[in-house]
Amino acid sequence: MADAAVLPATPAARRAPGRFWIVPPAALLALLFFYPLALIVQQAFLDDSGMANVAEFVRVLHARFFLNALINTITISVAATAGCLIVGLVLGLILAFVPFPGSGVIARLIDTFIALPTFLVTLAFTFIYGSAGMLNAGLMEVFSLQAPPVDFLYSTWGVVLAEVTVYSPFVLRPLLAAFSLVDRGQIEAASVLGARPFRIVRQVILPAAVPALIAGGSLCLLLTVNEFGIVLFIGAKGVITLPLLIYSKAIQESAYQVACIIAVINIALSLGLFGLYRFAAGRLGV
Amino acid sequence: MSVPAFTGSNVMDVDAAKIRGAGSNVHFDKVSVAYGAHVVLHPLTLDIAPGEILAMIGPSGSGKTTALRAVAGFVRPASGRIRIGATDVTDLPPYERGLGMVVQNYALFPHMRVEDNVAFGLRAQGADKALIGERVKDSLATVGMSGFSKRYPRELSGGQQQRVAIARALAVRPRVLLLDEPLSALDAQIRRNMVEEIAKLHRDLPGLTILYVTHDQTEALTLADKIAIMRDGRVSSHGPTTELYRRPPNRFTAEFLGRANLLPVTVAEGAAGPKGLAKAKLGDAVLAGAGRSEKPGDRTLLCIRPQHLSLTGDEEHTNRIVGTLKEVHWQGELTHLVLDVDGTPVRVSATRLPVSLPERGSAMPLFFTPGDTSLVPEDVRG
Repeated sequence: MADAAVLPATPAARRAPGRFWIVPPAALLALLFFYPLALIVQQAFLDDSGMANVAEFVRVLHARFFLNALINTITISVAATAGCLIVGLVLGLILAFVPFPGSGVIARLIDTFIALPTFLVTLAFTFIYGSAGMLNAGLMEVFSLQAPPVDFLYSTWGVVLAEVTVYSPFVLRPLLAAFSLVDRGQIEAASVLGARPFRIVRQVILPAAVPALIAGGSLCLLLTVNEFGIVLFIGAKGVITLPLLIYSKAIQESAYQVACIIAVINIALSLGLFGLYRFAAGRLGV
Repeated sequence: MSVPAFTGSNVMDVDAAKIRGAGSNVHFDKVSVAYGAHVVLHPLTLDIAPGEILAMIGPSGSGKTTALRAVAGFVRPASGRIRIGATDVTDLPPYERGLGMVVQNYALFPHMRVEDNVAFGLRAQGADKALIGERVKDSLATVGMSGFSKRYPRELSGGQQQRVAIARALAVRPRVLLLDEPLSALDAQIRRNMVEEIAKLHRDLPGLTILYVTHDQTEALTLADKIAIMRDGRVSSHGPTTELYRRPPNRFTAEFLGRANLLPVTVAEGAAGPKGLAKAKLGDAVLAGAGRSEKPGDRTLLCIRPQHLSLTGDEEHTNRIVGTLKEVHWQGELTHLVLDVDGTPVRVSATRLPVSLPERGSAMPLFFTPGDTSLVPEDVRG
């Protein structure tokens, strides 16, 4: 070993080529992600003539259309996330703890929702719950009604329902993984000690699933804040969210600076939620 | 922090009386369990008396855990009824059966402190705060864990976790305590200590009925009043522990419950006299042993435990066989000798050896008392 200590470093060791491997991914990230993002941020603070214009940023922040969109975005995403958590939890408990033939097939079928474009669910909903959809047509025929009685699809609740349908699997997946790790011995011990099923769910199963609920819920919140296809496809009157407002300002009104200002706020909101998710996940060891 | 031994004598004197009344008998009435066409427990009829420890032992897949899970309510019998005390519990959910259970991996709730784990069952049963506090304190004192009430399970060793699991089961004053391989996850030294401590616990809580499932014969022999030996979903034998050990009713029992030398013999005289001794021939030697209903000419097995074979004869050790010394294994407290007796390997466990042992391959006499020997019928399935 003493001999090894005095050996001169080899040329290969001096060059240490490993450190240069950071360049290709960093360049790719900069080109595809950070540069376009930087352009949006830059555009948000420059007017059409290329002059710095912070006043416009402040004006947009106080504008009614922006505040409405912000409120809509938060309301819909919070409601949809709550719905996803409830649906995911109920489905997860049934699939994981109520033995029935075909539970695995059902779990996989629910998974396929993740693979589908979000607006397809909306399209399917118009066939079922739309004004001329199966449900309304059936009710109108059965009760001889003149107008469609079910009229929620083209409202905030239609968007929430579609988002719950699309994003519940994002809660269900981690929950099923967490439930599979719950020691069945704990459930049995609790049951023998006199605990009924609801108490077992509340005091034994749910505490073990909290990290999965937080992770899945945060992901849903993140995705629903940025959801565009569902809101556009439903086209509910007055239901404008931040992504839809960006689209509207940029494509329909060609107000690029306003679109970029809203985009910057949307990005800040998303990054804030992502930071919250990472913080919660880190604290819980997810 | 060291863990004191179970201290039932002080705290639980009062509670022993309470539990004495709570203990119940368990009655299996032709209980069978099947998964589809696969029968895992053939119709089982068995009684566990109030305050008794019944150990169910047997190899993996013998049906012992299934029988325990049927009592707990996790397995629904295909036929038969299970009664605890006067209650038919066959159709009751587990939470209405009034049991306590301890399993191999402790199954403590990891997010709850020790005191909350122990209080869990009482809270589930709607006990008032004062009673919960008292019971938690008493139960933890019983298992020597009073100083650990604020800890989480992850902060305890395996042995400590198992003590908490026992305290949790005792806190609800169960009618019957189910122990499903409770010591299997512990290392040998801790397991030995825990067996002694569970035995002490039962002495302090004599009314507690315990169904103890294990594959470890030492645990069963140390703890159980009675043993049921399971094999292929059936009870192979059942009886008081010492009786089953001293006079195994079949070869499987003799070999599963402790070590046994089984020599093929021919009955010369049936059981007679106050001690019920029969005589059997092994080659030219005529040997006496406890018989059953054998008739002269029957071929059977003579069961001798290794520790009952002596290297020297005296007035009591009147049976004598001669074997050829094959192997000698010194293991500290014991020395194991293996001899060949008429083609059958015979193991001897000796605490003391003569000053000089014969050379390997030399003939060597062995002596044993008729009272330590019994005739055992050969199993059909051997």
